[in-house]
Amino acid sequence: MRPQSLANSALLVRRSVIRILRQPANIVFAFAFPLLLLAVNSGGLNATTDIPGFPTDSYLTFALAVPFVQGALFAALSAGQNFGEDIESGFLSRLSLTPLTRSSLLAGQLSGAVALGIFQAAIFLAVGEAAGASFEAGPAGIPVLIALSILITLGFGSLGALAALRTGSGEAVQGMFPLFFVFLFLSSMAMPRDLIQHQWFATIATWNPVSYLLEAIRSLLITGWNAEALALGFACAAGIAAVGIAASSASLRTRMVRT
Amino acid sequence: MSETNGIEARGLVRVFKKGPRAVDGIDLDVAPGEIYGFLGPNGAGKSTTVLMLTTLLPPTEGTARVAGHDIVREGPAVRAAIGAALQEAALDPYLTGREHMRLQAGLHGLPREERERRGNELLERVGLAQAADRKVGGYSGGMKRRLDVGLALVHRPRIIFLDEPTTGLDIQSRTALWEEVGRLSREDGVTVFLTTQYLEEADALADRVGIIDHGRLVAEGTPADLKAEIGRSAIEVVPAEAGDCDRLSAVLGRFGESVGAPSGSVAVRFGNGDDLADVIRALDAEGVRIAKLTVHEPTLDDVFLAKTGYSLEGAGEDTGEQSAVAPSAELAREGAGA
Repeated sequence: MRPQSLANSALLVRRSVIRILRQPANIVFAFAFPLLLLAVNSGGLNATTDIPGFPTDSYLTFALAVPFVQGALFAALSAGQNFGEDIESGFLSRLSLTPLTRSSLLAGQLSGAVALGIFQAAIFLAVGEAAGASFEAGPAGIPVLIALSILITLGFGSLGALAALRTGSGEAVQGMFPLFFVFLFLSSMAMPRDLIQHQWFATIATWNPVSYLLEAIRSLLITGWNAEALALGFACAAGIAAVGIAASSASLRTRMVRT
Repeated sequence: MSETNGIEARGLVRVFKKGPRAVDGIDLDVAPGEIYGFLGPNGAGKSTTVLMLTTLLPPTEGTARVAGHDIVREGPAVRAAIGAALQEAALDPYLTGREHMRLQAGLHGLPREERERRGNELLERVGLAQAADRKVGGYSGGMKRRLDVGLALVHRPRIIFLDEPTTGLDIQSRTALWEEVGRLSREDGVTVFLTTQYLEEADALADRVGIIDHGRLVAEGTPADLKAEIGRSAIEVVPAEAGDCDRLSAVLGRFGESVGAPSGSVAVRFGNGDDLADVIRALDAEGVRIAKLTVHEPTLDDVFLAKTGYSLEGAGEDTGEQSAVAPSAELAREGAGA
């Protein structure tokens, strides 16, 4: 990317962050909801750790992986919604009249979500630490966890952007929220895959890439360093990001029409 | 064409997928520094023409050069030379006016130190210096429009496109915007391509007017020349006795064709060579007493009526059959791959 393109992306990142910070509802959903769900689950499901084979005796540590993925979902939906509103309001046309390149625009929009994702990851980690969750990977695991969070947010963010570009509506992106959540619930979110009793659920969770994102984060929290879990997690996140970015770039080419 | 501030279009056509022939072979020649008013009702093809000339919509047929650059082959060069305030004042409600200026100036590559200076200068110029640090979501329609125009000027464009800049504005905001547009052309030598559905706006602002209807340019010239083409004045008479309307109509009918008039009055457009004194004498001879007589000079609406067969005033509401699909809706549909 050329220096002017990078500078343009930086301007859009700044704008995205300002937009997010000036919409308190986004902040509440992105931070409070995942933490609330964590508090409820870790309080109510602690007995689950008594199941033979459960990987840890702290459900809080097990469940702490969820806010990272859930937070990334909120950040991505927020980014997608903002993108959709830009299309609806004609702001995209305004941007189209500047020398801004499509890649700078997409990078700018997604970086806003990533910035929020990094902030979320830091908060969730700090809250988990304060609540007594373990982090077996130690300090060296923190940058790995942040990197994985960035990749997950980028992947989900690109899907949010794709939804915005295909529908051209912020509300339509918001309407897709339950669909994203179905993927989260049909994963190893609440139980390790090998302990899921129902075969159909275990099969879906095995095919659901969200399971591998959660398991990679969990490996840092519970096991320490598990190369296979991390490789699968990073590969899934990178795969989602690659598909999402390629598809949203193609959609942007159609949407941001200019000669 | 060398690099000028002008606009030149030949046979410009835009056909939307499954939609109307929104622009149907338009030829344009806008001179540098000129204010060109593109007048027509909703759906006539004004915004579609602007989208093509600003490179945001490729033409189906025809060619156009803006600031000396081909709109299809030299899109980036065209965009560098133009500024545009499109139909919707596309602003981010969560940013302040000053933040919009910074963003726009930055995206156009203005050096950091100049961004602030240029932004402040334009905010002052469009009368938003006091509101510069307020979020745009709290601006009135007029303030948003003025900011929109200010943003279009950030990179000192040589040509500016204003797509219905005063639609929905109160008279005070409208007048302020007219003054600013006039100043742009007069003092800065900027060429202004202005679309409007308001006759008085075209009349007051434009050096030349193009009248567009159903995607075709049906008349073009200075407002004075266009009105002179019509040539004949109209008279509107209110009888002293309401029951005299029919007799009044019969007398006035001898002097010209009837034209629309408010209830309780009769209006005709003079035939060639008729004289107001003859009308007064005829009314006197027939014993029709009059309460009020008004002479109307030809207006651009008369020109519009003469060229299209219907009046532009109120066309937005009552000529739904000739309203094409809004270009932004078409763009969205095409963008979604429909």
